[in-house]
Amino acid sequence: MSASDDIWILGINMTKFGKHPDKDIVDLGAEAMMAALADGGVTMGDMGILAAGNLMGGGGVGQQLQKQVGQTGIPVYNVSNACATGATALRTAIMAVKAGECDMGIAVGVEKLAGAGLLGGGGTPKKDEKVWEPSGRFGAVANPDGVIGTNTMPGVFAQIGMEYGHKYGGTSFELFAKISEKNHSHSTLNPLAAYSKEMSLEQIMGDMMIAYPNTRPMCSANCDGAAAAVVVNGAKLRTLSKEQQRRAVKVRASVLTTDPWEEACQVLPDVNTLTKNASAQAYESAGVGPDDLDLVELHDCFATAELVHYDNLRLCEEGGAVDFFESGATWRNGATPVNVSGGLQSKGHPISATGIANIWEVCHHVRGEAGDRQIEGAQVGLAHVIGLGSACGVHILEKSGL
Amino acid sequence: MADTKIPLVDYLSLDGEPHLIAQECTSCGAKYFDRRNACAGCFATEFSPVEVGREGVLTSFTIVAFAAPGVKVPFVAGVVDCGGISVRGNVINTEPDPDHVKLGMPVRLATYSMGADDHGTEAIAFGFEPA
Repeated sequence: MSASDDIWILGINMTKFGKHPDKDIVDLGAEAMMAALADGGVTMGDMGILAAGNLMGGGGVGQQLQKQVGQTGIPVYNVSNACATGATALRTAIMAVKAGECDMGIAVGVEKLAGAGLLGGGGTPKKDEKVWEPSGRFGAVANPDGVIGTNTMPGVFAQIGMEYGHKYGGTSFELFAKISEKNHSHSTLNPLAAYSKEMSLEQIMGDMMIAYPNTRPMCSANCDGAAAAVVVNGAKLRTLSKEQQRRAVKVRASVLTTDPWEEACQVLPDVNTLTKNASAQAYESAGVGPDDLDLVELHDCFATAELVHYDNLRLCEEGGAVDFFESGATWRNGATPVNVSGGLQSKGHPISATGIANIWEVCHHVRGEAGDRQIEGAQVGLAHVIGLGSACGVHILEKSGL
Repeated sequence: MADTKIPLVDYLSLDGEPHLIAQECTSCGAKYFDRRNACAGCFATEFSPVEVGREGVLTSFTIVAFAAPGVKVPFVAGVVDCGGISVRGNVINTEPDPDHVKLGMPVRLATYSMGADDHGTEAIAFGFEPA
């Protein structure tokens, strides 16, 4: 073993996102792991660490997955970090390899969410006797959801987009719907997306309103799926075959942040500051800037969220996200293609898989293996994910020069 | 039947004119609506209650049309800047549509009854109405 500063993705895979009624989380996670190992030309016998991400499955998925794909006694880290769970699993494996504890590791994220419905707004069980009794951290006598604001994810992220509009102007229902139109259009080229249907602006705006200005197709799609990645240090990679070296993808930056205290973060989650911090750290450590990016996969959990991250990732000038989008820059033929996979609104959002699946998309392009949706000549890409609470993962990936 | 009132949350004070109360860090001035072991901004550990202004500006909102069972829709959820303290609340006493609710509109605190429990205690909730 040798500690090595350069870290690479050797193999990576995502399952088809969508409904998998005949598979449980262990089946799905194992499928992604087996395929990622095969993609990298290695086996569980080569792995020195397993980091496994899952949010809704009840814990311990890593050990269950080992029993399916190979039990070798290596350390398993079960991680949970909201929608950033997958990126956190990957970063855990990267840290172990970077620290020199092992030469190779594998990260997996898996979720079953098809039919889960609205997330975030929990109901209250009915009691026989009605008594106003204070409970919880706010001494609430009744469930405040719906009375003092909303806990629903579509509502929270709607406010995040509207807040940007209040600060800088230029937003409208139609503008947010156009962002969704772009991602649904992009998804038609992605055979692994949960939904790959073109949707017109009229269809999107006329669909069921969930939380203004987000209609149903402007919300991320709950679905099932898994993604896994094998990481290796540079010293070990250079002992592998030429073909493995050529297809390996260099991890130029791997960053995880949480939100520093900001005045309003107790009433509306602040997804901006931690994303700005993560991207600044990532650009600095990678030695690249936003202009160098050939594609970006960012966390469009709702159409209203995509807009603010143009700014947070410095794809545009501060306050310039509306003009940037309206210039056409983020369409797949634009200057900075964003979410050419179709994004979470179309590809789907099986929570813990998302933070590795977005990296798979970028790897696919810089390897030149993205088929019909290939961004020609892609060399460098960025993958971003946000988990509320909050956690932000940013990875910058580069084509192998080996 | 007891004739008493109880606020929906403990940071709503019904003493005199209803108002919200925040816990202010005595070191850096950061304000919180729940208890903290230390200030999230500066890590100091002393707090004192301060009254939050009743008037403010709506800095963000959404109109929730789809919510958990038992939650009445549509309703307007928003964030109000009350003189430098951001407060979470619903916009009430107006139509819940984008023609009546606008970013930047001035609003003020308003309270209403959530009804009485089996002991006759009445719960009082708050929201913000157009000012």
